[in-house]
Amino acid sequence: MIEIKNLHATVDGKEILKGINLTIRPGEVHAIMGPNGSGKSTLSYVLAGREGYEITKGSVVYFGQDLLAMEPEERAAAGVFLAFQYPVEIPGVANTTFLKSALNAIRKQRGEQELDAMQFLKLVREKTKSLNMTDEMLKRAVNVGFSGGEKKRNETLQMAVLQPRFAILDETDSGLDIDALKIVAEGVNALRSPERAMLVITHYQRLLDYIVPDYVHVLAHGKIQRSGGKELALELEKNGYAEFGVNEAA
Amino acid sequence: MAATTETVEQVRAVTEQKYKYGFTTDIESDVAPKGLNEDTVRFISAKKEEPEWLLEWRLKAFRAWQEMEEPHHWAKLSYPPIDYQDAHYYAAPKMKARPKSLDEVDPELLKTYEKLGIPLREQEILAGVEGSEGRSPAVAVDAVFDSVSVATTFKAKLEEMGIIFCAISEAVHKCPELVQKYLGSVVPYTDNFYATLNSAVFTDGSFVYIPKGVRCPMELSTYFRINQANTGQFERTLIIADEGAYVSYLEGCTAPQRDENQLHAAVVELVTLDDAQIKYSTVQNWYPGNEEGVGGIYNFVTKRGACRGKNSKISWTQVETGSAITWKYPSCILQGDNSVGEFYSVAITNNLQQADTGTKMIHIGKNTRSTIVSKGISAGRAQQTYRGLVKILPKAEGARNHTQCDSLLIGDQCGAHTVPYIESRNRTARIEHEATTAKISEDQLFYCRQRGLSEEDAVSLIVNGFCKEVLKELPMEFAVEAQKLVGISLEGSVG
Ligand SMILES: Nc1ncnc2c1ncn2[C@@H]1O[C@H](COP(=O)(O)OP(=O)(O)OP(=O)(O)O)[C@@H](O)[C@H]1O
Ligand SMILES: [Mg+2]
Repeated sequence: MIEIKNLHATVDGKEILKGINLTIRPGEVHAIMGPNGSGKSTLSYVLAGREGYEITKGSVVYFGQDLLAMEPEERAAAGVFLAFQYPVEIPGVANTTFLKSALNAIRKQRGEQELDAMQFLKLVREKTKSLNMTDEMLKRAVNVGFSGGEKKRNETLQMAVLQPRFAILDETDSGLDIDALKIVAEGVNALRSPERAMLVITHYQRLLDYIVPDYVHVLAHGKIQRSGGKELALELEKNGYAEFGVNEAA
Repeated sequence: MAATTETVEQVRAVTEQKYKYGFTTDIESDVAPKGLNEDTVRFISAKKEEPEWLLEWRLKAFRAWQEMEEPHHWAKLSYPPIDYQDAHYYAAPKMKARPKSLDEVDPELLKTYEKLGIPLREQEILAGVEGSEGRSPAVAVDAVFDSVSVATTFKAKLEEMGIIFCAISEAVHKCPELVQKYLGSVVPYTDNFYATLNSAVFTDGSFVYIPKGVRCPMELSTYFRINQANTGQFERTLIIADEGAYVSYLEGCTAPQRDENQLHAAVVELVTLDDAQIKYSTVQNWYPGNEEGVGGIYNFVTKRGACRGKNSKISWTQVETGSAITWKYPSCILQGDNSVGEFYSVAITNNLQQADTGTKMIHIGKNTRSTIVSKGISAGRAQQTYRGLVKILPKAEGARNHTQCDSLLIGDQCGAHTVPYIESRNRTARIEHEATTAKISEDQLFYCRQRGLSEEDAVSLIVNGFCKEVLKELPMEFAVEAQKLVGISLEGSVG
């Protein structure tokens, strides 16, 4: 599904990604763990197409296409979804309006029929309910005044509505209380299917109790230092990142 | 709210055509010779078969205007001097007499309004209303083409309720005592350079009278269209809401795309008596000129409302996206005790457009209240100024004002300026002023694009969100139109 080869990226002349290699097949869930500042969010931004990153080397092939040559909205239409570590506020734009515009923009790019107001409302109500969110949150402006946990839940709602083929979750668990963590994890698990793949960035093994990954990777110093099964996360929880030359407290 | 997606889609369709209202109508016109002198004034008055008092009033205005100087010094606008002798002051589509029904109106004209999406056939409008199960009330339209009103719909239905809605040139004959009593009573003929010019040469416009205790059952609307080249448009609108009356009035406007600048200097006067309310909404989309700033309308407008009666209310809502230059300060004179003035404004300037706009709230009566919400969006190399006056006179015990003035910049070559004037002569008055300036952030754009929106749609969505407080004040039908315009007028402002 997605094949990342020797990916190098710099920001403001500083190299952050220093040769990432990662292959994700349909149906798989990959977890990425790693110390602060190691480049996890940078990787997710580069995959989603954010401006300001210079790709100096390497390639990303997504369903046979050169992902890096696509505009962000084209990637979205092709099924790439990023749940942001820091979701962005858009004052005055109702959550439902935003979601409906997004969904229909994607459907339109794919040449699918756009949903009318009724169809959309039905869909979004159903998803809202399954994530234990209130209708009131749908009416509020996108992320404005949302608590940290509410923002993360809102990202999950967007994912549930947009039904991506490749979802990147950047610390979607941070800021969530224990109940919310379970609900969000259920939401994510509901999306798991043989056609979909996920890249889950997290600092905590706890999330991986709920979203059980097929692979765990350690990203440090801009490179994947080690890969393993889900037991790698447990090991990291115990030993930290010392073996990768990182002082965890830093 | 739900309209946004449709909007975004329509925006895309429309942006491909740029200014879609830029076509001209090929029609035979009756045009006054170029130039401006007393004979021009007499020519116009004679064309309208006006009574003597009105001609006298016009001539007084003309003489006053000759002594006046164009207000170049204080507004933050720059443009070459206007040659007032090099324009026509009257242009009318050739018609035998004022058409009695739409069947007598030139088909070319009807086609023009059809193209503009303005319904002039009542049965069509009614059919539309039925289709939507009475959700949206019908809109009665007065269509002004160059200097004359060509058609007014729903007149008969409104007359049953005692409402007068017609061309002002018609009102002069139909209810002269009302016109004579109120014309110039809010904006006197000596008011300012452009208003004085208008008083001398105004050609047509709408007249509305809502009698005591009547709530006008439908939106009243005027649609202004400048077609003729080298023609100034000087329309005059007068709306009177008698005691306890209510009316919501909409004004829309477009002009063909032309390389020369065209002058538009309108005057709008509103009067509310005790407990009456007027809601006046404008979506101004005159041709703004091209990307290099060639052509476009000079829009110098004087709009003022007088809350004469106690507990009366005047509310201005404007969405200003067009014109090369906008000079406009819809104002409220709050005379009656407890009267309320509101000003909600969205002004968008792109490319080389300039706008100097704002409001004046003059508090005279006790416990008068005013609210000002101004949202200015600047893109390209445009310059925009909010200029607002809040004046509290000594007798305005307990007066209150709240002003919120937000600017949004797109790109780094445009400018936004806020110039508030506050004069308070009563110590019990409370005046609050808030101002913010922001830019559309890269983060917001990327967030939207990651969710599938194109950059242009993202800008349109973000800007619509920014303007929401104002757009929600517009009547439903207008709000959708306005949202579309917001997107269209910012076309090409990013990337
Ligand atoms: N615009 C920028 N200019 C300079 N350095 C930057 C810029 N953006 C990111 N960086 C740096 O790149 C490095 C990687 O950042 P990134 O956000 O990818 O880390 P992360 O692994 O997601 O960390 P965390 O676990 O704290 O979220 C950091 O050292 C950060 O300071
Ligand atoms: Mg991060």
